[in-house]
Order: sequence, then C-alpha cells, then structure tokens
Amino acid sequence: MSGNHSSHDAHHGVEHADHGSTKSYIVGFVLSVVLTLASFGVVMSGKVPHDLMMPGIIVFGVAQLIVQLKYFLHMGLSPSQRGNFAIMLFTLLILAIVVVGSLWVLHNMNVNMMHPTSQMVPVE
Amino acid sequence: MFGKLTLDAVPYHEPIVMGTLVAVILGGLAMLAIVTKFRLWGYLWKEWFTSVDHKKIGIMYIIVALVMLLRGFSDAIMMRAQQAMAAGESAGYLPPHHFDQVFTAHGVIMIFFVAMPFITGLMNMVVPLQIGARDVAYPFLNSLSFWLFMSGVVLVMVSLFVGDFAATGWLAYPPLSGIKYSPTVGVDYYIWSLQLSGLGTTLSGINFIVTIMKMRAPGMTLMKMPVFTWTALVTNILIVAAFPILTVTLALLTADRYLDMHFFTNELGGNAMMYVNMIWIWGHPEVYILILPCFGAYSEIVATFSKKPLFGYKSMVYATSCIGVLSFVVWLHHFFTMGSGASVNAFFGITTMIISVPTGAKLFNWLFTMYRGRVEYNVPMLWTVGFMVTFVIGGVTGVLMAVPGADFVLHNSVFLIAHFHNVIIGGVVFGVFAAINYWFPKAFGFRLNEFWGKASFWCWLVGFWMAFAPLYVLGLKGMTRRMNHYANPDWQPYLIVAAMGAAVIAVGILCTLVQFYVSIRDRKKLTDPSGDPWGGRTLEWAISSPAPFYNFAIVPQIKELDQFWEDKQNGVAYVQPAKYEDIHMPRNTGVGVVMGAFGTVLGFALVWHIWWMAALGLVGMIAAFIVRAYDRDIDYWVPAAEVEKIERSRHAQLKQFQTTQVAPVAAPQRQKVA
Repeated sequence: MSGNHSSHDAHHGVEHADHGSTKSYIVGFVLSVVLTLASFGVVMSGKVPHDLMMPGIIVFGVAQLIVQLKYFLHMGLSPSQRGNFAIMLFTLLILAIVVVGSLWVLHNMNVNMMHPTSQMVPVE
Repeated sequence: MFGKLTLDAVPYHEPIVMGTLVAVILGGLAMLAIVTKFRLWGYLWKEWFTSVDHKKIGIMYIIVALVMLLRGFSDAIMMRAQQAMAAGESAGYLPPHHFDQVFTAHGVIMIFFVAMPFITGLMNMVVPLQIGARDVAYPFLNSLSFWLFMSGVVLVMVSLFVGDFAATGWLAYPPLSGIKYSPTVGVDYYIWSLQLSGLGTTLSGINFIVTIMKMRAPGMTLMKMPVFTWTALVTNILIVAAFPILTVTLALLTADRYLDMHFFTNELGGNAMMYVNMIWIWGHPEVYILILPCFGAYSEIVATFSKKPLFGYKSMVYATSCIGVLSFVVWLHHFFTMGSGASVNAFFGITTMIISVPTGAKLFNWLFTMYRGRVEYNVPMLWTVGFMVTFVIGGVTGVLMAVPGADFVLHNSVFLIAHFHNVIIGGVVFGVFAAINYWFPKAFGFRLNEFWGKASFWCWLVGFWMAFAPLYVLGLKGMTRRMNHYANPDWQPYLIVAAMGAAVIAVGILCTLVQFYVSIRDRKKLTDPSGDPWGGRTLEWAISSPAPFYNFAIVPQIKELDQFWEDKQNGVAYVQPAKYEDIHMPRNTGVGVVMGAFGTVLGFALVWHIWWMAALGLVGMIAAFIVRAYDRDIDYWVPAAEVEKIERSRHAQLKQFQTTQVAPVAAPQRQKVA
C-alpha cells in the first residue's frame, strides 16, 4: 500500500511525521513483551489472589495499549502529531461512550428486571 | 466433504423461489450471451472490473445498488401483498417462515446493499472531484472495498436459492438468532455477508478520511471545503468509529453459533440484551452515516438551483459535526421498552430530542438559501423540495417517539415502520435520486431526461405517502410490525391502500429505468458540452463531462469557498494554462476482484461448514494480497503531450459551445447573477 501512497502525495506536500528509531521500536517491543508476560503471570503463576486477577489483566492491558500507541503509532503532543492526537481523543470519547454507556445500561436493566425480591409476585 | 450442504438445500418445494430462480438463470444467461456476442468481456475486465479509477468504482457501486433496489423492493411488494390479503380467515399466499425471511432480507438488503453502496458510490464519484484530487488516497484499497462488498451481495443472493436466509428481522437479535432457535444456515448467510461487506465499508471509510484530510487542492482549508465533502468526512469518521462495533457484535454471535459459546444465551452468564445494546451502538450512527452525505447533496443542489451561495455554510458544518458526535449517544431509544429505569430512558430521550436541533438548523439553512433565490425546478431540485417536506414529518414523528412514555405505546408498531421509512425514503432515497440526477452528467457526459425524472419523482412522492400514511394510522390503532396474518378486519382497508402505494412506487422505479433508457437513447441531444450543465459552484463542474480519467490537468489553487463560481464571475474559469505536466496515475489491478472472489468462497464455505473450502478461500485472499504487496508495477505517468491533446480538444469544444449555444442560455443567466 505504501506504493500507492507515495504515488499520490507527490503534489500535495504531505509533511512526514516522526517514524521513530530502531531504539524506540526495541524499547516498545521489550515493554510489550514484559507487559504480556506480566498479564499471563497474573493468571498462571498462582501467586496472585483471585480478586486481583481481573484488575491486574486490565491494568497491564491498558498499559500495553499506551506503550504501543507511544512507541509504534508515535502518538504524542508535538505539532506534527496534532491531527493524530485529535483523532485519538475522539476514539477515546467513543470508547468511553461505548464502555461506560453499555455498563450503565446493562446494570440499570439488571437492577430493574433481575431483582430477586421484586420478581416474587404471588401466583394467585 | 461438503459440510452441511446437500442437494436438499435448494428449496424445490417453494414455487415463488423456484420461479425467481428460473427467471434469474434465464436473465443471467441472456446477459452473458449479450456480453459474449458483443465481445465485451475484455472491455468490462480492463475498463471496469480491474479499474482503480474512483469514478468508475463509484458508478459500479451505484449500478449494483440499483439492481439490489429491485431485489429489495420486490420483497416489499411481497410483504404489502401478503398483508393486504391475510386478514381474518385468509392466510395470504406466503407461509410464515417465508414471510419472516422476506422482511429480514428486505431490511438487510435495503440498508446494507442498497443505501450503503448508493452512499459509497456517490462519495467515490464526487469527493475527489470536489477537492481537486486525481483519485482517492489508496486506489487499490478502493477497488478491494468494492469487491468485498460484491462478495457480500453474492452471498445474499445465493441464500435465496441455496439454503435459506435469516428469519430474524434485520438485526438478528438473539436468542432467536442463536443456534438453538435458528438452526438453519440463514443467520450464517446474514453474518458472513455483513462481515465481508462491512470489512469493505470500513476500508472505504479509512480511505476517504485520508483522501479528504491529505489530498485537498492547495489552499482548500477545511472551512473552504464543499459541504458534500464535509458531510462525507463526518460520515466516514462515523464509519470507522461504528463499523468495528458491528464486526465485534457479529463475531460474538458467530462464536455463539459456531463454537458453542454463550455471549448472548441465557445459560452460563450470557445476556441477549448485550447484543441489542451493542448492535444499536453501531445501528444509530449507521442511520446518520446514510443520511449525512444526502444532506450534503441537498446542500449543493439547493445552492446551485437557487443561484445563491449556501445560507449558513459554517452552521451547516457545525451542525454536521454535532450530529456526528451526538449520533453516538442516542442508541438506547431503539429499546426504551427493554427494561431500563426512568433515569436511563430519560437521558436517551433527551439526547434524541437534542439531535433533532442541528438537523432542524440545516432545514432552515436550505429554506433561507431558497429565499429570494431564483429557484429552478429541475429534477434534482424537485427531489430536494420533496425531501424537505417529507423529511420534516418523519423527523417530527421521530421526536414524538423520543418521548419514552409515547414509545411504550408505539414501540415495534407499524407507526415505527412508517417513521423510519419516512426518514430513510424521504431522506436517503430522495437524496440519492437527487444526487444521481445532479451528478449524472459529470459521470457520463449527458444529462438525464427531465420528463421521466419528474414522473419518477411524483410517483415516488405520492406512492410513499400512500404506502406509509396508513401505517401511521395502523400503528396508533395497535398493529405491530412483521405480521404475516392478522385477525382484525378493520385494518385491511388501510393495508390495501398501502399496497396500492407500493404499486405507485413501483411505477416510479419503472419511470427511473425508462429515464435511463430514454436518456441513453437521446444522449446526443442531452449532451453536456460545457461540463457545467447546472451553473455549478464547486470544482467538479470546472472540468469536462465526463470527467477525464486524471480529473484535473492542473491542480487548482483555492482561495474561496465556491472557487469555480468565483472564477466564472471573474471570467477566469476556463483559462488555458501555458503548459501541462506529466501526471502520475495508479495502474489498474485485478487483485481486488480475485480477493473478492476468494472472499465469496470463504463466506460460502463458512456458512455451510465446509472447512477445507474455507481454508482455501482465506489462503487465497491472503496469497493474493501478498502477491499484490510484491507488485512494483502499480503506477504510470501520463505524458504531458497526451494531457495537452485531451485538454486542447476540451477547450476547442468549449469555444465552439460558447459561440454557438451560449447566447440564448447566457443572457438570462447573467440577469440571475445580478
């Protein structure tokens, strides 16, 4: 696909954003591997209390997401990244709407419809 | 060897299906014979199927959408006929299971395989021309998107004759769509056709965002972008944000059906309400994905045919963007009755009422654009005015249902059916026909016949109201949707009127087909030598009709919002440049077709659990893509001399046109401008 791209921006002066260095890719890769192993470790080592497993996986997952955004997608606050950053913010907004909204809606339905005592209406 | 597929999968016992099959086979054979007789295979392959030209891809999208409109509309006629008959003692002519498939197929086809390709086709045709680009950002990806969409179309059509289609309603709610209650392959056809075409749609969305963000002509800031391109930008952002949600939701349903998982079942912690929740998080943005580009088309048409700049360009842009964000916070209004509490329902009721505000602002913008304009009622303008009247009523019934209390009465009634047909036909279909009539000369070099266009418009307008006004009444009387039989004889007269309305719409569709035929026959008479048949304002009208394959010989410099209009006012619109340069263009490729074909194989195999064939399809797709990745011969240069030759003949034609024909036309035009 890169071929198509270069064939077209010849006329349009696309500014070339930071594409990172070997070092930043290696740092990102190592951090990703470490965080992945940590997530597996939380579940498979047997040393983490059951209650902490789910939060542990979520924390390591989100941390890895941020690592990959920074090192592989070069997200940041520099002027050349402003467009990408705005799109990132929009993405986060949509994610928040989807996740928080779904939790709210489904929780609300559970409370309204699955309440054990309110369901026990006498039969006759 | 063939998974679940046996010869019994063909529904021999259904006379309607078999009759259609025979008709399709005969029609298909006739088509193949014609193509072979006139030796068109090479032409079709070289000039169309393998084309990466955004204009040709756009035209192909719209042709397929028109064909699928006929399929989806025949489903509509079948339903209207059934409901007009099946009162009281009479059972009508469709067995319940077949009726269920018909209304499911109607919804799926009309949204995914008619409205979506119409919109994608229009954006393909128009957006690069409006921003002064030579193609989209990723031309091969564009061709791939089209062929993935085609594999979805093929799967849906195959489901008619091999196996069955989903009988679940167009969003396939579980538990009904789960393997327990839908054990046949119908839902699987639904899933895989939507996944394949949805992948194409997502790729198109990415393609157009990059195109609009990166390939605008120099000087065209975002706030100098034509309104249609603005609406296309917001629509594509919505596509990229929303379609992954559909993909995931269907993937989870697939896991339930294929891998015995329980995301949406009642056993083992699954929750069917989560499916309804998620599919509408995609589903509500989807309706704005469809309507926004139509709003854009209306905006261009109103300004052009009122001979005035669009009233409130900025408010139009902001309203579009507002709708884009708000469309993500209203989804629950599709299931107020599912059991949420008052606070949730109130929140989504209010957001739904809020989203009607920017839409209302747009309407006033169009009205004020017309105010004191010299409005010309050509066919695109007729559709636009018809839209304004019809859509407002649809919007009002929508706001009515945004009140959760009222929705408890109207939910799943035919009042709802009338409402969303009111906005989708009155908004999207009218918009697409307005746009087709408006941009047709740019695609083919001649205008469409006015008489048959007007006939089509009036039939659609009258037919629409005849078909759906009775449903509003019936909804208030308590008739629910998707009934293949009803006991109340009072409803029958309304349903007979509705069926007659559908027949009037059928005449309207026929008029459109006649319009195409007559226009092609009279193309010499309807020719558009100037490239600017309507007195247009935006860049696409500055170039010849049909547009040359490289679009712009010289990339235009933009200083104004309506640059071409300003150039015409200043008399510099058609200045011939001193010298031309070589033009860099993408080369055609058949890889999109090959990947689409393997995609069809993959989808069909997954539907029928033929695993070796699924592997073949998947490996074929990936292999074709790898081959493409190593292809270095993907572009070429058009020599300046060739560009000059094409442009010379264009300017010669323009001069001849100005000396011979412009006199009678130009005089009143100049008055209008003053």
